[in-house]
Amino acid sequence: MIYLDNAATSFPKPKETIEALNNFVLNTGGNPGRSGHTLSLEAARIIFETREKLTKFIGGRDSERLIFTQNGTESLNLAILGLLKEKDHVITTSMEHNSVMRPLTFLQKEKGIRLSMAKCSSEGIIDIDDLKALMKKNTKAVIINHGSNVIGTVQPLQEVKKTIGDAVLILDACQTIGSYPINVEQDGIDLLCFSCHKSLYSIQGLGAMYMKGSINLKPLRFGGTGSKSESIEQPTVLPDKYESGTPNTPATASLYGGLTFIENTGFTKIIEKKRVLRESIVEGLSGIEGVKLYGPSQSTHASLLPVVSFNIINLLPSEVGYQLNKEEIYTRVGLHCSPVAHKTIGTYSQGTVRATPGYFTTGEDIEHFLGVIRRIAKT
Amino acid sequence: MQKHKIYFLLFNTIHDVLKADKILKKEKVNFELVPVPRNLSSDCGMCVKLEDNLEDVKQHIKDIKTEKCFLFDGNTYVDLG
Repeated sequence: MIYLDNAATSFPKPKETIEALNNFVLNTGGNPGRSGHTLSLEAARIIFETREKLTKFIGGRDSERLIFTQNGTESLNLAILGLLKEKDHVITTSMEHNSVMRPLTFLQKEKGIRLSMAKCSSEGIIDIDDLKALMKKNTKAVIINHGSNVIGTVQPLQEVKKTIGDAVLILDACQTIGSYPINVEQDGIDLLCFSCHKSLYSIQGLGAMYMKGSINLKPLRFGGTGSKSESIEQPTVLPDKYESGTPNTPATASLYGGLTFIENTGFTKIIEKKRVLRESIVEGLSGIEGVKLYGPSQSTHASLLPVVSFNIINLLPSEVGYQLNKEEIYTRVGLHCSPVAHKTIGTYSQGTVRATPGYFTTGEDIEHFLGVIRRIAKT
Repeated sequence: MQKHKIYFLLFNTIHDVLKADKILKKEKVNFELVPVPRNLSSDCGMCVKLEDNLEDVKQHIKDIKTEKCFLFDGNTYVDLG
């Protein structure tokens, strides 16, 4: 079996993830912050320590500003629906995932927000001049897909930041977190949204959002927090304001394990290994007749993510995916929940085959995968 | 006989309770995390209970906002703000 769908979720998980998860489920199991007993307190401590560790990992100043969510989509929904008000002007790009496009489209219809789309090249790189031209005096926020889930393009964050001035920068970092260095303070990111089950190696069901000090959002969920229980109003204190209801403590425990794995392995080593895997796939596919590759050209700043999209001429991606699946090679085909990105790169009508290696993918895996693609392309 | 003084420090969130817990453990302060006494607050969470050392403790955790501080003198709870 060769798993090449790490952009959807990483698999397998490191042993640190599984041990931390097992330890919680077997030995702790309490509901954090709700009761005074030892197991409840221990569960709360796991969440606290994970919040501190993750805040440090992203270069955040204050761990109470790191909010845990169900997934990257919920983080983006919280940022977008929590920030934007009626008639606000917002800019996004033509490389976005539907976790950005759908809440924005909803707000366009429901709240009359004004939405502008900054153009991107067919390699997925944002046109900074176009972004500049779209900026208005009252532009509230700019939402950027940091790394494309379709072709792996990483956007030039510093140029974007320089262009948008004081507008709130919302960054969809679902693909870059754990695969590309991010420092929320130094990079000037106001709202950093990401999932934890991809390259941070938690199990599924966990995302996070870090908010800068000046930001105040409307919560998405209201309810019990274990704090201020005498009040029927939502607390205003962080992180409780945005975390009503029983949290996903098992996934949070597993994230602690995932972050420990990154520490033990070395973040630079992980990034480098993924870069090499990406290059070997791109290089291998480039040499196969009948294969068309999409995305940024090799060895540019924009091509560091381990996300490769391609098609085999005269074959539908679904057919290629079906044949790969029969060989126990698992990729993802179609539009990858990103219709606007596929329009930008010119593959909207059929989509692409996407191969996304992870830290545990080996060179032999890639060789085998390329061999099967050669065979499929010949037929 | 002088009665024992007990202090209860209440925080806004369990996050802050555990932040204080981490610092006070590091500073080797003699304290306990206990459920918030129902007569002090309706919170279902935990608070810091300590015997003396209040001023030292306040200094250690000066960056964390405490919600309330109570002194129990053996008979009554006194709200210290």
